[in-house]
Amino acid sequence: MKAIISVIGKDTFGILAKVSAVCSENRANISDVTQSILQDMFVMVMLVDISDEGCDFSHLRSDLGELADEIGMQINIMHEDIFNSMHRI
Amino acid sequence: MHTLGDIMETIKMIQNENLDIRTITMGISLLDCCDTDIDASCRKVYDKLTRLAGNLVKTGEDISALYGIPIINKRIAVTPIAMLCAVSGGDPVKYAKTLDRAADTLGINFIGGYSALVQKGFSAGDRELIASIPEALATTERVCSSVNIGSTKAGINMDAVSLMGKAVVKAAELTADRNCIGPAKLVVFCNAPEDNPFMAGAFHGVGEADCVINVGVSGPGVVRAALAKHPDADLNEIADVIKKTAFKITRMGQLVGTEASKRLGVPFGIVDLSLAPTPAVGDSVAHILEEIGLERCGIHGTTACLAMLNDAVKKGGVMASSNVGGLSGAFIPVSEDAGMIRAAREGVLCLEKLEAMTSVCSVGLDMIVIPGDTPADVISAIIADEAAIGMINSKTTAVRVIPAIGKQIGDELEFGGLLGSGPVMRINTQQSPSKFISRGGRIPAPIQALKN
Repeated sequence: MKAIISVIGKDTFGILAKVSAVCSENRANISDVTQSILQDMFVMVMLVDISDEGCDFSHLRSDLGELADEIGMQINIMHEDIFNSMHRI
Repeated sequence: MHTLGDIMETIKMIQNENLDIRTITMGISLLDCCDTDIDASCRKVYDKLTRLAGNLVKTGEDISALYGIPIINKRIAVTPIAMLCAVSGGDPVKYAKTLDRAADTLGINFIGGYSALVQKGFSAGDRELIASIPEALATTERVCSSVNIGSTKAGINMDAVSLMGKAVVKAAELTADRNCIGPAKLVVFCNAPEDNPFMAGAFHGVGEADCVINVGVSGPGVVRAALAKHPDADLNEIADVIKKTAFKITRMGQLVGTEASKRLGVPFGIVDLSLAPTPAVGDSVAHILEEIGLERCGIHGTTACLAMLNDAVKKGGVMASSNVGGLSGAFIPVSEDAGMIRAAREGVLCLEKLEAMTSVCSVGLDMIVIPGDTPADVISAIIADEAAIGMINSKTTAVRVIPAIGKQIGDELEFGGLLGSGPVMRINTQQSPSKFISRGGRIPAPIQALKN
């Protein structure tokens, strides 16, 4: 089972490190990362594997929520299927 | 992995453009709850509802968290209660109170199915149920009622039309101290769909399985935003953009419905592909029409624009789902749509134009506030006109008008929440249709009914 984490906001130091740390604490394995600057906004998208037994999705979500408040960026985590169903036939 | 553009598009749709799953509605058959003792019957109804839908709200919330998509309402539709009344007799309001209590226990905001199907005539329980509707709506909070008074196959039951005009007025009078909320929960249908997940007209048809999950999607804001990116496109391209957007929206409904059905252990019924507006800014069907090029919704050109929108939504949605059903099309409820409210306030959008619009989109005259002193026969005549459009065009039409007791044209009625607010609209009451309505009988089924 895979989920997509998206981070949007003003670029600053250590974003990737902080998000990765939360993933690692929650046993979510990062399989892919892309980042870019879109319309002056820093956008990072991570594909994470959340099938590990020790990974609790709702816990990961709330940790990411706390991190978002702390660094003042918008962080979302959504199951990969929503993108599969919307953008693939 | 998906492209950054795809991922950002989905996130933007949800966060900025009000994309959501409007409702997961569990349809539950109550046929096996019938008992000749009404109290025993009510007990069985309560037990069955709380047993089957016990996890509905929790499951909805879990799915919402997993996919990051808001699921606004979790609701229940039941077998038309008139059928239970036929067996049990007694005061039908007891059923309404039972449904309300079950809805409260389950934490759902609306339960539909306080209904009767009388398109060709009344059977046992039907008249009693119709007579009890105003009281049932006034003494409960979450119960929604609907009555099917006509169909392409059966014609229009004008005796029922006459009764429903009176029921609408009485429902408003009994709830005059609560912004006339009663008739906002009452829909009069022609060709009512039996798997519609949207309130207030949802009920669980007798041809349906014992328990099913139906999903209603939404997304007028997403369609409008997609069109805004094509200011110079011609109408072929516009239709294409709408189709593609409807496809994406519907795919999400399909995903959520499939997941909910798996988790609840209940078969998946249908996705209803409707564009359902809310009073929230940017979530308006009227604004889509204005984006296409009308200065206001309701001016000349509105019907053509809406016809194209409705058709493109269906074309895009139908490929995205394994089973499409319900109402599927664009909704035009006046009080629930910021653009419609504005156009009605300005006097640009009138009842006659809305009637024309209902001949090319789903549903009918919906959430329209009319003067409180409108005679019941005029409301019956509005219902008959609307039913005739449905009957002849083999489509669903409905009437949900709210007589605002004590208010006149120009005043406003405020419901709050998803039901919104609306100005009292002008209706033509100078001459009376009473003779026509009082004749009674049935408008025979049209030639369109003879398809065999």
